[in-house]
Amino acid sequence: MSEVQTAAKQPTQLLGKKERRLLTDPFNDNNPITVQVLGICSALAVTVAVKNALVMSIAVMVVTGFANLIISLLRNTIPNRVRMIVQLVVIASLVSIVEMILHAFQYDVYKQMSVYIGLIITNCIIMGRLEAFAMANKPWQSLLDGIGNGVGYGAILVTVALFREVFGKGTIMGYKVLPSWYEPNGLMLIPAAAIFLIGIIIWVQRAMNKKLVDIS
Amino acid sequence: MEYVNIFIKASFIENMVLSFFLGMCSFLAISKKVKTAVGLGAAVVFVLGITVPINWIISNKLLSANGIFQTDLTFLKLIIYISVIAAMVQLVEMVVEKFSPSLYSALGIFLPLITVNCAILGGSLFMDSREYELGEASVFGLGSGFGFFLAIVAIAAIREKLRYADIPAPLRGLGIAFIITGLMGLAFMSFIGIKL
Repeated sequence: MSEVQTAAKQPTQLLGKKERRLLTDPFNDNNPITVQVLGICSALAVTVAVKNALVMSIAVMVVTGFANLIISLLRNTIPNRVRMIVQLVVIASLVSIVEMILHAFQYDVYKQMSVYIGLIITNCIIMGRLEAFAMANKPWQSLLDGIGNGVGYGAILVTVALFREVFGKGTIMGYKVLPSWYEPNGLMLIPAAAIFLIGIIIWVQRAMNKKLVDIS
Repeated sequence: MEYVNIFIKASFIENMVLSFFLGMCSFLAISKKVKTAVGLGAAVVFVLGITVPINWIISNKLLSANGIFQTDLTFLKLIIYISVIAAMVQLVEMVVEKFSPSLYSALGIFLPLITVNCAILGGSLFMDSREYELGEASVFGLGSGFGFFLAIVAIAAIREKLRYADIPAPLRGLGIAFIITGLMGLAFMSFIGIKL
């Protein structure tokens, strides 16, 4: 009997209902891009190809997760007045590490994304989650929240990249998917297309999820 | 003449917001009224104009291999840039508070928020990757700040008028703001190819 109980209890401690919500909420109800409007800055320029979008999402996920974890561990020792600078230094160090790893293992992606990797620092998602969540919650929850937001961000990024690459070049991850009679649509490759796509994603999401509709 | 070219290129042809999507967060969040948009735009011009030349001096005189320390410290670039920006914003905030309380209260919360505006860090990183001289870097900073100012004031004016338009409910607010930004981006694309 007690064995069953402990077996049932173990997962609730690690991934209870609340923790699972932390991971899944950012997908829809609390998506960082379409609901919180954070982190659009460095996102849209990398969505020309699915591969870049994937690399960017993984990088952001790693940085949000670890930044949340570190700040949450330090949250009781950081003086309130200088917390912005402390947060920025933590984020900047993590981003530098990510940049070096990409430079070493994914050099062509690194060259294409150029300044946008550095701009992960000012990606508002990371600062926003640190301020809103990690400064007030325990490390494990903060890590989950960071990863959840990274995934929610990545989902939008990859969706946008999918549309842009398929219709703009007729390829996915560099493999040809559309037949040869398809004339690639150059409009999808210009930056404005990404903005339109996000606008449409927001429209679709809010049409399905009435409680997100902007009343003002 | 070269400086004028860089200024015009940075503010129109390669507009920070509309062709690189930098500073989108504050661009969308603080563009509901023209008045606040003007305040934020002015603060961005100011901070970009200061931080780009300072970061140029630091990266070329301190961090590069033939700087003061004679060692290649460029791996510290990101941390140093963001600290300089945070420190400068704090400094600007204190100076403005001391010498012009009226401007300070007009800018309010936007001043500290500029630290995490992607356009500011983006200015420094572009300055770095394009290998400008000091003079060019300063002009580039001012020009991209001016571009941000133009874009945010324009979209704020459009959004003020949109309040009277009949937009489908799910598209209202954020959705339509994105689509307008896209249209403005298309309009600014007409500057591409202009040779000065």
